[in-house]
Amino acid sequence: MAARNWIFAVAVFLSLSTFSSAQDLQIVNAERRIDLSSHIVKAFLTLKVENIGKDPAADMLLAFPPTQIKNLAMVQALAVMGKKKKKNYLPLDVKPSEQPDAPNDAGYFLVSFATPLGPGETVTLEVLYILTHSLEPFPVEITQSESQLVYYRDSAVVLSPYRIKQQTTFFKTPSTRVESFTSVEPANRAGKEIKYGAYEDRVPYSYAPVIVHFENNSPFAVVEELVREIEISHWGSLQITENYRLTHGGARHKGVFSRVEYQSRRSISGSSSFNALLAVLPPRVNSVYYRDDIGNISTSHLRTGFKKSELEFEPRYPLFGGWKATFIIGYRVPLEDYLFEAPDGRRYLNFTFGCPLVETIVNKLTLKVVLPEGSKDPSAVLPFAVNQDLQVKYSYLDIVGRTVVVLQKDNVVPTHNVPFQVYYTFKPIYMLAEPLMLVSAFFFVFVTSLAYVHIDLNIVKK
Amino acid sequence: MATLESPPPGTSSSAMRNAFGTVLSALILLLIGVLAFSIRLFSVIKYESVIHEFDPYFNYRVTQFLSKNGIYEFWNWFDDRTWYPLGRVIGGTVYPGLTLTAGTIWWALNAINIPLSVETVCVFTAPVFSAFASWATYLLTKEVKGSGAGLAAAALLAMVPSYISRSVAGSYDNEAVAIFALIFTFYLYIKTLNTGSLFYATLNAIAYFYMVCSWGGYTFIINLIPMHVLLCIVTGRYSPRLYIAYAPLVVLGTLLAALVPVVGFNAVLTSEHFASFLVFIIIHVVALVYYIKGILSPKMFKVAVTLVVSIGLVVCLIVVAVLVALVASSPTGGWSGRSLSLLDPTYASKYIPIIASVSEHQPPTWPSYFMDINVLAFLVPAGIIACFSPLSDASSFVVLYIVMSVYFSGVMVRLMLVLAPAACIMSGIALSQAFDVFTASIKYQLGRSANSKDDAEDNTSTNNAPKDDSSSGKTDKGEEVAKERSSKKGKKKEREPADKPSVKSKIAKKRALVLPLEASIVALLLLIMLGAFYVIHCVWAAAEAYSAPSIVLTSQSRDGLHVFDDFRESYAWLSHNTDVDDKVASWWDYGYQTTAMANRTVIVDNNTWNNTHIATVGTAMSSPEKAAWEIFNSLDVKYVLVVFGGLIGYPSDDINKFLWMVRIGGGVFPHIKEADYLRDGNYRIDSEATPTMLNCLMYKLSYYRFVETDGKGYDRVRRTEIGKKNFKLTHFEEVFTSHHWMVRIYKLKPQKNRIRGRAKKLKLKTSSGLDSKAAKKNPWI
Repeated sequence: MAARNWIFAVAVFLSLSTFSSAQDLQIVNAERRIDLSSHIVKAFLTLKVENIGKDPAADMLLAFPPTQIKNLAMVQALAVMGKKKKKNYLPLDVKPSEQPDAPNDAGYFLVSFATPLGPGETVTLEVLYILTHSLEPFPVEITQSESQLVYYRDSAVVLSPYRIKQQTTFFKTPSTRVESFTSVEPANRAGKEIKYGAYEDRVPYSYAPVIVHFENNSPFAVVEELVREIEISHWGSLQITENYRLTHGGARHKGVFSRVEYQSRRSISGSSSFNALLAVLPPRVNSVYYRDDIGNISTSHLRTGFKKSELEFEPRYPLFGGWKATFIIGYRVPLEDYLFEAPDGRRYLNFTFGCPLVETIVNKLTLKVVLPEGSKDPSAVLPFAVNQDLQVKYSYLDIVGRTVVVLQKDNVVPTHNVPFQVYYTFKPIYMLAEPLMLVSAFFFVFVTSLAYVHIDLNIVKK
Repeated sequence: MATLESPPPGTSSSAMRNAFGTVLSALILLLIGVLAFSIRLFSVIKYESVIHEFDPYFNYRVTQFLSKNGIYEFWNWFDDRTWYPLGRVIGGTVYPGLTLTAGTIWWALNAINIPLSVETVCVFTAPVFSAFASWATYLLTKEVKGSGAGLAAAALLAMVPSYISRSVAGSYDNEAVAIFALIFTFYLYIKTLNTGSLFYATLNAIAYFYMVCSWGGYTFIINLIPMHVLLCIVTGRYSPRLYIAYAPLVVLGTLLAALVPVVGFNAVLTSEHFASFLVFIIIHVVALVYYIKGILSPKMFKVAVTLVVSIGLVVCLIVVAVLVALVASSPTGGWSGRSLSLLDPTYASKYIPIIASVSEHQPPTWPSYFMDINVLAFLVPAGIIACFSPLSDASSFVVLYIVMSVYFSGVMVRLMLVLAPAACIMSGIALSQAFDVFTASIKYQLGRSANSKDDAEDNTSTNNAPKDDSSSGKTDKGEEVAKERSSKKGKKKEREPADKPSVKSKIAKKRALVLPLEASIVALLLLIMLGAFYVIHCVWAAAEAYSAPSIVLTSQSRDGLHVFDDFRESYAWLSHNTDVDDKVASWWDYGYQTTAMANRTVIVDNNTWNNTHIATVGTAMSSPEKAAWEIFNSLDVKYVLVVFGGLIGYPSDDINKFLWMVRIGGGVFPHIKEADYLRDGNYRIDSEATPTMLNCLMYKLSYYRFVETDGKGYDRVRRTEIGKKNFKLTHFEEVFTSHHWMVRIYKLKPQKNRIRGRAKKLKLKTSSGLDSKAAKKNPWI
């Protein structure tokens, strides 16, 4: 497989009519650095784009091969403004885009420039895209003493609908152990870095598949499903409950698990397994618990700080490839840090999206914001697209139920840990409903018992 | 109530005192309830809110099923996760009282939108019911000796260590609710006996039904009450009240008991229930005799008696003969093994190793009495004496209760639990009587010194009278309640004024009990110290001795608290990393936990209903690897779980239980002989051990690669180096070992691909054979 060093260079479908803008732009220089050191693949792409057409161009396309588009967790683009010393970055709007006759099912993202690019002008873009599930373990099954080798498949040249004058690609591997990599001249390896290029003047949709086979023993912590529930209590706290279903997404464990080897020869035994996880929690967190279906898990440490708290914890057992574990983390934070009143009188919750575990992929994230009973008109504001839904939840002594804003997103990476807001209206008088209910219930009990004691039900007067 | 609305001028102050007393005792009862609940929370505070030990996990699992699938599914539940491949009909073999109770609580809480999990409800069921139990004790003792004794008994029961041991938060076992049901049934029996009210008799039958639902120990009730009835009849205390207390209980109670699937027709067929029917007949005969005696003249009566006795004897003999023949025709004489071992303490160890192997079925030792009922053991005799002055129907019942429970607790340590309420009632009576006597004499002495200048004999008595009325009310409660026939609620309030006339007549008797002032004060102080000692002991027992959940162990060392959470580590591993239909074999102790926590099918579990099946697993564990593999493979077992304490020194591991596996296995499969595993009668695993021992599966699975931990293989439980250190497993492979090696899980290796291997060998053989033959034969051709 590794010997597939044929080049599949294609220049397909150069239909001038549909890609009018494509021909108006060209990429003068592309530099791509792909970081393979963890199981989340981060690619940093620096593009120097020039408008060679006659009309100003308002946007440009980024193309991704179909194998990557489904694993693409996030694409961000920045425009570089100013020169070296006073460089600053301007975030650009990036959204997925459909092109009717995309070659070979390539996927696209449309980057809108801050100001339309006039003829002859150039702009430098910094693009970050993140790929998940893109490291394929090979061999697929390993024993306890073997270390984990993975394939990464990509192209030596940047897939682009534009002509690229000059480009280079760097792959950064976690260790110096690289079994093999496809050679596309000029390509060479130095230490932890494999360099492809520089390649001159490639036509649009050039593609040169490469496979890098290397060692990666970083924890492949994949949360298959995470349900975070944020319960707002206007009595002064936010209660957050997080249900994790964690798995080791790397090469499957094969055969025996020997505790004696795991304990005595930790460095060479089970090097791809992981045992410790780190969750970054909000700063003033309290009442933290860590448990699963069958009780507390006693291996955790909490460090609270001014900027963040860190919860260091271990699953019940070390996770080897393919092993699964479930657990629940719950904590409470003071309300005043996260709940504010908007100028229009509505209240809004400002909280962090995403998964608190560091360097973790979440396949399916469901975030439920439980608003207090009596809240109306909920609306969520997020910087990226998620599925939204409303539910009703009945909790302690509820009568009408609490509105739950459900936000659901697949393929979440740590870069998604950005603030989001949920707006709603709430009358403080509702806070008193449940205490009053309790008071009246007790009152009723005492009145009835009083009445019962004072009524003589005897037929015969004694 | 009438007394409060139109108080006679003289009784207004005492009515106020009564009202105050009622409120005070209600408050004290509430506090006792809070005490009973909160003393059981040590396990939650020191450890966590989790289900404890073994049986509670089964009950928890059943409750989960009940809350998820509803009551009808529950009755029809056939559990295929246990006793593979036989399965178990849970609905028909389980005492449903506890699960239904917790399920109902859970359902009610969720109906008013209090989203407590099933686990939380299960954890706190036992503490809640111990509060109920202490209130029931108050009611029972109040019926016997008045409310002072009732409060004392309730306070004692709230923290008696014996009961705490089975009802700490998380100890979700049948006994938790059964003790409440037991005491409450007794209370209703006494209440019926004192009032003769059919209303209470019906309630009594329902309480008995609840008890039957909850615990197999209901047979204690259905034997104790007939004994008491018989006692009353023999001592000439027969009354219509006794009839009303007993006859409806037998009829309704038996009908209701037969409704519980696990009891069913046992309620009329087994010997445990025969005593009640016999007494049922006797009480009818006696009632008839009393009735006829009332109609006939004494002379006619004598004639009738001789006639009836002569005919009756003949009939009785026939009936007894038939009964004996029936009972004798069944192999165990109609008695179940556990009940038989109650009557003959040596029965179990002789015939049923599976009952004898459970530590709580062993006879208790003397220290365990001190541990479990503490100072109550010394107060009980005083309580018994107090019960005899005067002896009423009710006090004779509690005397009988303590006598019987002392006997049963001597047979089986588990039944200490039945003794505890009796001991609390007796000690409550003793304490309360002692306090009455001492405080009364202090009052009398102080009053006398104040009035010493006046002669005023009568004055003192009148001064003392209102103060003493509560105490004297207790002593003659037996007679006094006997007078009351109506059970309407107005009665309660009328009782106290009704005491008045009798009080004055008792004062003269009281005088005889007066003690010197100093002696009374010292005695009071000593009693208080005794009580304080009891409280300290109970709190210690609740906090230290009985709060450990046993699935998570802790040890205190110099560098802090060490937690050994290996059981849950391995159960969690099993539940997440094996296939949902895989079968796990382990010794039966871990069956309930494996099904509940790991949700995997087990071969045997703690419900030891099939001795052969358990013996099969025992045999596999005591066999060499190959034979064991064959047994396990025939049972579809994929994983074998063993508990090993040798690395950290956890004494109740499988190696220490191993002899029971050998005995139980050998009981069914005679090729397993206990003697093969013992060297000169000693059980050892060091180099002196027998080869059978060193080659059996249990030894191998426990000590596989153990020598690599420290180079010597030093077992910290047995305090010796193991006998066979380096060996390989051929038919099993280690798939998981927990952090402290307490749980080791092995997988059965798949069968060798025999057909192909054999064919190859065969081919090789035949070809080579042919070649050689050809080489020999062919020269002629």
